Amino acid sequence: MKGNEAIAHAAIRYGVDGYFGYPITPQSEVLETLEAEMPWETTGMVVLQAESEVAAINMVYGGASTGKAVMTSSSSPGVSLKQEGISYIAASELPALIVNVMRGGPGLGTIQPSQADYFQATKGGGHGDYHLIVLSPATVQEMADFVGLGLDLAFKYRTPAMILADGVVGQMMEKVVLPPFRPRRTDEEIALQCPWALTGKHGRDHHNVITSLEMDSVKMEHNNIRFQQTYKTIEENEVRYEEKFTEDADYLIVAFGSVARICLKAIEEAREKGIKIGLLRPITLWPFPFKEIARLSHRVKGILTVELNAGQMIEDVRLADEGHVPVYHFGRMGGMIPNPSEVIDALQSHFPEITIK
Amino acid sequence: MKPQDIIKPENKVIARPRLLLDAHTHYCPGCSHGVVHKLIAEVIDELGIEDNTIGVAPVGCAVFAYNYIDIDWVEAAHGRAPAVATAISRLNPGNVVFTYQGDGDLAAIGTAETIHAANRGENIVIVFINNAIYGMTGGQMAPTTLIGQKTATTPYGRRVDLNGYPIKISDILAGLDGTCYVTRQAVHTPAAVRKTKAALKKAFQNAMAKKGTSVVEVVSTCNSGWKLSPADSNKWMVEHMTEKYPLGDLKNV
Repeated sequence: MKGNEAIAHAAIRYGVDGYFGYPITPQSEVLETLEAEMPWETTGMVVLQAESEVAAINMVYGGASTGKAVMTSSSSPGVSLKQEGISYIAASELPALIVNVMRGGPGLGTIQPSQADYFQATKGGGHGDYHLIVLSPATVQEMADFVGLGLDLAFKYRTPAMILADGVVGQMMEKVVLPPFRPRRTDEEIALQCPWALTGKHGRDHHNVITSLEMDSVKMEHNNIRFQQTYKTIEENEVRYEEKFTEDADYLIVAFGSVARICLKAIEEAREKGIKIGLLRPITLWPFPFKEIARLSHRVKGILTVELNAGQMIEDVRLADEGHVPVYHFGRMGGMIPNPSEVIDALQSHFPEITIK
Repeated sequence: MKPQDIIKPENKVIARPRLLLDAHTHYCPGCSHGVVHKLIAEVIDELGIEDNTIGVAPVGCAVFAYNYIDIDWVEAAHGRAPAVATAISRLNPGNVVFTYQGDGDLAAIGTAETIHAANRGENIVIVFINNAIYGMTGGQMAPTTLIGQKTATTPYGRRVDLNGYPIKISDILAGLDGTCYVTRQAVHTPAAVRKTKAALKKAFQNAMAKKGTSVVEVVSTCNSGWKLSPADSNKWMVEHMTEKYPLGDLKNV
């Protein structure tokens, strides 16, 4: 099935309580699949087509404030509209899952695939000091798996998580093993697991209030310090990445999402010709695998990042590399996708010492 | 009518409503918000729904509404309260959900969320404080500001050619199939306060009965923003506001 369809099926099976979305190419299959599956008849999951992405993310905010497992999905222009709400969700320390199936921008751009929302997803996006846990799927299987992983992490740390997929992963069809069905949590379980949740007081001796507002600057700074402590814990515990052929690599390619698969093909072809290239694929774009790239930068002669953008992740790779070896970027934009030989050509153009035997 | 006819328990104001928290108010003296808060606290108590009511606070003067009424609350982004309430209500059908919004929140930045939540017939109550001005940010023009009314951003009075017309959003909401009850009330006299309380009670009962969206507009005063005394504000409201925003039920099905 398609990556977008896998997201929908995985959400139902995970026991998601509510999905709120708005149609936008190339991710509309998420909402379409959910409406077709009618999970409100089976698991009791709420599915609602909102009047806008703004409304959808604020529905997610409302749902999350009651301790429910809620999510939304969209594509780049729609995710820009959601940024206000995402900032509120982060500031209110609520768990939620946002899916961005990226298309080319800026502006209305194109409906073809892109990875140009890396900055927006990993550096904040909305206003204020906050981070999202950003998961980058490269396969339809990971599209399905990261729904549960994203929500598990969101609830573990009480912070929103994002699946940042490129349009290729959203639209391509692959075999996928869907996660097993598990029941939605009961209201009693939610009240027990999420004592902060708005459930109605139900005998509680105090009322619960979910708010991002604090007029006392001393308290507001304390809130920010608490957020940063959470982010530090996440950075220490939740970095995920995949390494291929790095043991003997002379050069390293860093790429995420579908591009990592194109690069892997390029690496395999290059190795047949005697060029030893390794691949590091960040799976969490935030927290970013700085240490792992730093470690590899001491073993290779140079690094190439390959992205469907003008060079965004390269800034983090350079931070990790700390000037140890040269780091270059190769990217296609506007919905264009490189083929494996272009990747090798780009590597050779930056590292002329590479000769094909 | 003799005094004995009036001196009855139901007519006595002998204590702070049980659900009104003992908090220092941030509202200006003479502001309508405090009265409406009190009425909501009383209605929730009288309907026995303290344990399953969830309020959605706006951005605006009522941003701290959660400090005053002892129920669960969420503070929404500016204008988004009806979307927030939509999800809370749908995911928690056992709860009674209401929004509390001002004119800027509901009829300017949140127009889309308001109209679509009402049009879907969400089983929520929308309490709408219309004082024709932005109070919290310092008295700027609201969507409901009257023609000729002076504000911080219409210092020479609102002009149609520059600013368009005041919006009668409750009339629009009354025209939607999703609303079951739309009423416009005020709290400038004891009689008006009683009518507003009855309207709020009916609205909450509608939400409990899942009849659709109920809207209670309260034509209010903002004496700080209007630069009038509380007494003169009431007078100005009656003389000017109720002409554009006549009191009474707009829809009751």
